Amino acid sequence: MSAPQAAHAEPKAAAEGEWEPKLIVFCCNWCSYAGADLAGVSRLQMPTNFRVIRTMCSARVDPEFVLRAFASGADGVLVLGCHPADCHYIGGNYRTRRRIALLRVLLEQYGFNPDRLKLEWVSASEGAKFQKTIKEFNETVKELGPNPLTEE
Amino acid sequence: MSEKTGSVLVVGGGIAGVQTALDLAESGFKVYLAERKPSIGGVMAQLDKTFPTNDCSMCILSPKLVEAARHPMISMMTLTEVMAVEGEAGDFTVTMKKHPRYVREDRCVGCGLCAEKCPSKAPSEYEVGMVNRKAIFVPYAQAVPMKYSIDANKCLWLTKQRCGNCKKVCPADAVDYEQKEVIEKLNVGSVVVAPGFEAFDPRVKREYGYGDFKNVVTSLEFERILSATGPYQGHVVRPTDHKTPKKIAFIQCVGSRDEKVGNPYCSSVCCMYALKQANIAQEHTSGLESHIFFMDIRAFGKEFEDYRARAETEYGIKMYRGTRVASVDEDPETKDLTLRYSVGTDISEQKFDMVILSVGLEPPASAKDLSDRLGIKLNPYGFCQTGIYSPLETTRPGIYVSGAFSSPKDIPTTVAEASGAASKAGKHVYENRIQIDEVVKEIPETDVKGQEPRIGVFVCDCGINIRGTVDVPSVVEYAKTLPNVVFAEENKYTCSADSQELIKKKIKEHNLNRVVVASCTPRTHEALFQSTIKEAGLNMYLFEMANIRDQCSWIHMHEPEKATAKSKDLVRMAVAKSRFLEPLTKSKLGVTHSAIVVGGGLAGMTSAMDITAQGFHVDLIERSNDLGGRLAKLYTAEDGVSPRKYMNDLIERVRSNDKITVYMNSELEDVAGFVGNYKVKVKTPEGQKELDTGAIVVAVGGQEYTPKEYMYGKEKNVITANELEEKLSHGALNAKKVAFIQCVGSRNKEVPYCSRVCCSKALKNAIEIKKKSPSTEVFIFHKDIRSYGFRELLYKQAGELGVKFVRFPENKDPELSKVGEHLQLVADDVVLGEKIMFRPDLLVLSTGTRPNPDNEHLAKMVKVPLSKDGYFLEAHMKLRPVDFATNGVYLAGIAHWPKFIDETIAQASGAASRAMTIISKEFLETQGIIAAVNDMVCDGCGVCEPVCEYRAITIVGSDAKDPSKLKAVVNEGLCMGCGTCVAACPSGALEQKGFKTNQILAQIDASLEGGAK
Repeated sequence: MSAPQAAHAEPKAAAEGEWEPKLIVFCCNWCSYAGADLAGVSRLQMPTNFRVIRTMCSARVDPEFVLRAFASGADGVLVLGCHPADCHYIGGNYRTRRRIALLRVLLEQYGFNPDRLKLEWVSASEGAKFQKTIKEFNETVKELGPNPLTEE
Repeated sequence: MSEKTGSVLVVGGGIAGVQTALDLAESGFKVYLAERKPSIGGVMAQLDKTFPTNDCSMCILSPKLVEAARHPMISMMTLTEVMAVEGEAGDFTVTMKKHPRYVREDRCVGCGLCAEKCPSKAPSEYEVGMVNRKAIFVPYAQAVPMKYSIDANKCLWLTKQRCGNCKKVCPADAVDYEQKEVIEKLNVGSVVVAPGFEAFDPRVKREYGYGDFKNVVTSLEFERILSATGPYQGHVVRPTDHKTPKKIAFIQCVGSRDEKVGNPYCSSVCCMYALKQANIAQEHTSGLESHIFFMDIRAFGKEFEDYRARAETEYGIKMYRGTRVASVDEDPETKDLTLRYSVGTDISEQKFDMVILSVGLEPPASAKDLSDRLGIKLNPYGFCQTGIYSPLETTRPGIYVSGAFSSPKDIPTTVAEASGAASKAGKHVYENRIQIDEVVKEIPETDVKGQEPRIGVFVCDCGINIRGTVDVPSVVEYAKTLPNVVFAEENKYTCSADSQELIKKKIKEHNLNRVVVASCTPRTHEALFQSTIKEAGLNMYLFEMANIRDQCSWIHMHEPEKATAKSKDLVRMAVAKSRFLEPLTKSKLGVTHSAIVVGGGLAGMTSAMDITAQGFHVDLIERSNDLGGRLAKLYTAEDGVSPRKYMNDLIERVRSNDKITVYMNSELEDVAGFVGNYKVKVKTPEGQKELDTGAIVVAVGGQEYTPKEYMYGKEKNVITANELEEKLSHGALNAKKVAFIQCVGSRNKEVPYCSRVCCSKALKNAIEIKKKSPSTEVFIFHKDIRSYGFRELLYKQAGELGVKFVRFPENKDPELSKVGEHLQLVADDVVLGEKIMFRPDLLVLSTGTRPNPDNEHLAKMVKVPLSKDGYFLEAHMKLRPVDFATNGVYLAGIAHWPKFIDETIAQASGAASRAMTIISKEFLETQGIIAAVNDMVCDGCGVCEPVCEYRAITIVGSDAKDPSKLKAVVNEGLCMGCGTCVAACPSGALEQKGFKTNQILAQIDASLEGGAK
């Protein structure tokens, strides 16, 4: 591409053999999944190593899902929902916020780095924020290294 | 044939006609959808992408075409023309002529063997003549209906009684050379005419060399060049040598704003489509440079100005403002092209590899004949005659118009109008409304209980949208290896009509009991595939999608291998979930047959009148002391009628309408319930009222910007445009020198968007001043004059009356100072390249429009989003312009975006029509995806009850003998299916259907298997 367009630029491909974390991303149907689609419609390029699981509301994300993801080898889990007060289901995202906060404490108590779990708000019009969130979380988890549970 | 159903004829099967047909059908009317061509889809089907979202045109259109084709209330009549309309509104007899297809529609399966063997070729209309089709053909690969037709002028058998190959090879015995024209009479209550437009033929503009120089193409040809399904598979190449161009030029206003060719109007869409084509071309071709030559850039729509800014700053597209290209010359050796154009007062030359002519929109060639047959009048430019206050009405009562036939316009405006025309047409037939289940026979559902999953996987190329990045064949092969997958295949477009037939066929052939489609996003396409599998007898919830386009190929365009691996993972996850899918049932809920309209301005009152015209009650909520909104403050006549006068009449009609209850000084306080059954609390001066309603129309308008600039408020001779109208209504101005400054509070750092109406409003008032006092000097200081459509004629008229125009730079506003008693205005004139000084007696500020500052409060109440500029954000900017993502809530007027009177009226009728698709129904079906309680596990702990935002859960006694035994019960009508309670349930007794715990865990596990290579 000729034009100077940071958002559309080719991402720095992971160097050969470089370790890439496995990321699971839960997206609510109304805001974050739509935001992820918008990132696509806008052709915003980003790392490939995340897999989206759609739920109707971020509040459907049972702590069990997060624990299962880590137990099965995920290196990081992102939960994305509507911005506060924008929840399609009125206040589901507030419950998500409480649950994730609690779950992070729990993870820490068990000696698991809570930064592997992150909650972020991405609206239907925030394709760019979706891209940024993925990129930044990928960097965070890269620094944390592989999920210790997978090394045993 | 005596039918009791109310029927409507829709003429034209483009996006306008299709939307009108769908709205009418969903409101309980029988629709005849007549299209002259062999298939529906119109020009939109030819487009590659649409501005300003760059959505793939076919991808968003295709589901609508398929829906229209399969709708039980719509009879599609292709190759059919209207010959005559007799009778009057409510009772027309229409004579239709069906031209022979020479292929029996009931037999043709669209296999294409005939075309393969056909020896006769003709230029493809769909590809604008750039490639050939056969004499037996479908217009395009995803055509609806997917039925071949024979071009009688080219067919060897029909012209010379030779060949006959197609008949010999057709496996379905569908070819029938004996077909004749059929004349049919229909009885309908009303007619909507939407024949669309034709692109200007630039051959008459000899100076641009189109026709002689092959590297000069029209914008419609370029649209096909950009398309993955086009002549060069989406590669931007020159027609002469198929080499990739390095430098391309777009010439604007070819056949628009041009008296010499008889088109003095602006075609409204060319600026935006040129920007879009330039952007897309650069995305397709690395190193490509695009240059656009134009007079004014007319980026007046929602998010358009952002799009323009991005084209310049991000894509680096070179813009030549105020430039007319004089000529194009070709180098006979290299076939390169030289443009001669004016820069200020000089002439410049520049070489390009390819030139695109942004051709304007003209009325269809059939317009004259069609108007004669329908008995309607055309305007001086050959478009359908309408009025500012009656944008959807033709000159014959009972016949309505939508889309580009009444004036050149973009897709969202067309779609809003199309819904509006449906509302108008419906009022003649509403007494004969029928319910859809009276005509649909239930398709018996296959019982899959206890069956081992048999999964079919369909992987879409989406042209090159997916296939360009992802190795689709390897994804298909991989899918075949997954557990329970018994069938997998690749489709060019899984969403096309023929693919739906194919999916149904494969379900039968392979006894599939689960279907997975790997393509785009479930947000737009899940419903289509669900109804397809339903038609094949499968429960619609036995379906799952893998989003390998929006969330894979498009965001990993430069990493094909990883994108392919990811696609395999996504397919594996979808398959894993689908193995656990279960059939779900829906229940039926009654509907409240009335609507609430919020806002008593032009939009709100128009919506209310339209809804009552079909017999429904409306509660109209206005928070101020007056009906009329902003329009009541406008005086200067359009179409010979002052807006204020029209508004006073409308207020009178609303006040005397016994189906409208008006609540003045009232506001919404709380909105509970759901589509078809809202419960709304309204704060009124008489205390709180509780209203039941089926649908809500948001028409709360916007505000005029109050300027801080140009000494406004300090100098009495500095006024706003609205204040000027009020002044002018009292007679001539006491001013000899008047200046207008445009874009006050628009297109600046604080508010980057264009307020759309201010240019034309300034022109209208400048003309009024000149008419009242010809000797008054009038100057308009502007960045661009954005008088689109027929309002361009105001620009012309103003110029003829001696109004002077000064174009100032985008980043340098005029400076106002005071010299003694005089106001003094100094601006850089970019055309003359010098400073202009003017001392006006009166300075008029063309102030922009702002959203209401408290929109957010209402938006939250009705659970809909706002755009980043603070206007209400519709469900889809192109094809759902008056809907919200929340069902049962609709949008009209300036609450959506600044717009003109005619546009507001059309959109308000559109919102009314959409609301009536809900409130006209006897019942709506509940969603299948809701919470369910497993009574065996639930111990009635009650954790779920307060968690539910919809109060859908109650704790009740579960054992008549033992009052201490409790359980949770879910109210299916209230449950919205968010799943919040499910995640809260400590015992695992609650489940969310369609998103059950085992289904999601299967997805998680599958995503981490990493099996795909």
